[in-house]
Amino acid sequence: MMQLDDIPGILNDMAGALSQHLDRRGVSDFALVGIHTGGMWIARALQACLDHNDPVGGLDISFYRDDFTRIGLHPRVQPSSLPFQVENRHVVLVDDVLYTGRTIRAALNEIFDYGRPASVTLVVLVDRGGRELPIAADVVGLEVALAAGNHIKLSGPDPLSLNILQDP
Amino acid sequence: MSAPTLQTGADGRLRHLLTVEGLPRPRLEELLNTAESFLGVTQREVKKVPLLRGKTVVNLFFESSTRTRTTFELAAKRLSADVINLSVSTSATVKGESLLDTLRNLEAMHADIFVVRHGTSGAAHFIAQHCLPHVAVLNAGDGRHAHPTQALLDVFTIRRHKPNFDQIKVAIVGDILNSRVARSQIHALTILDTAEVRVVAPRTLLPVGIESLGVKVFTDLTQGLAGVDVIIMLRLQKERMRGALLPSEHEYYRQFGLTEARLQGAHPEAIVMHPGPINRGVEIDSSVADGARSVILEQVTNGIAIRMAAMSLIMGTRTQDGREVG
Repeated sequence: MMQLDDIPGILNDMAGALSQHLDRRGVSDFALVGIHTGGMWIARALQACLDHNDPVGGLDISFYRDDFTRIGLHPRVQPSSLPFQVENRHVVLVDDVLYTGRTIRAALNEIFDYGRPASVTLVVLVDRGGRELPIAADVVGLEVALAAGNHIKLSGPDPLSLNILQDP
Repeated sequence: MSAPTLQTGADGRLRHLLTVEGLPRPRLEELLNTAESFLGVTQREVKKVPLLRGKTVVNLFFESSTRTRTTFELAAKRLSADVINLSVSTSATVKGESLLDTLRNLEAMHADIFVVRHGTSGAAHFIAQHCLPHVAVLNAGDGRHAHPTQALLDVFTIRRHKPNFDQIKVAIVGDILNSRVARSQIHALTILDTAEVRVVAPRTLLPVGIESLGVKVFTDLTQGLAGVDVIIMLRLQKERMRGALLPSEHEYYRQFGLTEARLQGAHPEAIVMHPGPINRGVEIDSSVADGARSVILEQVTNGIAIRMAAMSLIMGTRTQDGREVG
């Protein structure tokens, strides 16, 4: 097992990269949306780094997963809540770990059921590779190459720490 | 205890929803929590989620119903399922087809969920026993036996107003004898450890031995309502009454009708519920049914979320267990 503790430093860099990314695209007004539970922690942390005052939206994508017919309904953490108009908004979607891309596919579908966003920017703390769908993040905190049997898990929210677990 | 094994699989997860009786508390709370999430879906721009896309739900109603059938239909559609409504009393059975033949024909059309309402107690169990293994059965009311989704939406509505069941008194008032709703409510409230459950009715409308379900029995409305936090009024089920159980509707209203004056005896923040359809001026006064304490229309809205939860939970167990993939 390996533990990474300098999450605040990584988050600071991510906030800077996100600002630059949005500036380049001419976006000044945007809404942060985190995917429960880890993505929500990261979204709140970015909100603090960026001095962003709008409420952070939260998505629980259980109703949009593509594995429902294989494993059924996942226990829900919290209902989804986007406390703002999605229509024509620039959305910054935040998750902790980007892996197969299936969670992001589900999250995009759910966001579109709230309205048609002007754009969606994807921010992730960790990109561990292993994509099964054509999805890429715009801002990545950390790239980790992991074999399929390994897991990376974010604990938090205070303090945030990343653990890499190897299957025995 | 045949019901729980028929409705829950070896892994303890729901395969059918036939009765509330014997449902373990975590299962019941899972249904309520899932419904809470679905409530948010119904407030969005697009009120649908793709969970049951490609599945077919058959509403099999051998008894008339408007609210239950419509909310089941809406729930299925909001889960993206295809829905067929069959009012069987007006269809094949009239032409002499047996229940099992009707069932086989619907299975041949690749139905995935049967939502069953039937005038005979045990009908949903019978269908669950005889349907194909991939088919799930939801009981939408069988005779005087059970109406699980109604009881679930009722405790769901109570929980949204009074979250601590171990601190509340609930009075169920009216035609307990003919009410499958009352029976299911009593089981649900008991599973949630409700501090006190009362039934209030004239002797003629109380089933013999109702005390054995752990309820307190009152035959006087004023005493029965004293200090309660939740009042559930039941409809007089005239269609199920055989013989002279009541002198007259007017006499019933005088003794057991819920009026503003009678409501004064309950807790000041008590809520008033009714599963519908309401008989105004028989079991409840219009001013109470439409009043500030009434949550009757909220129950209807919550019914959609509860039925979405029940359908998605039973359909989610038709499959092999797997591991979560990010």
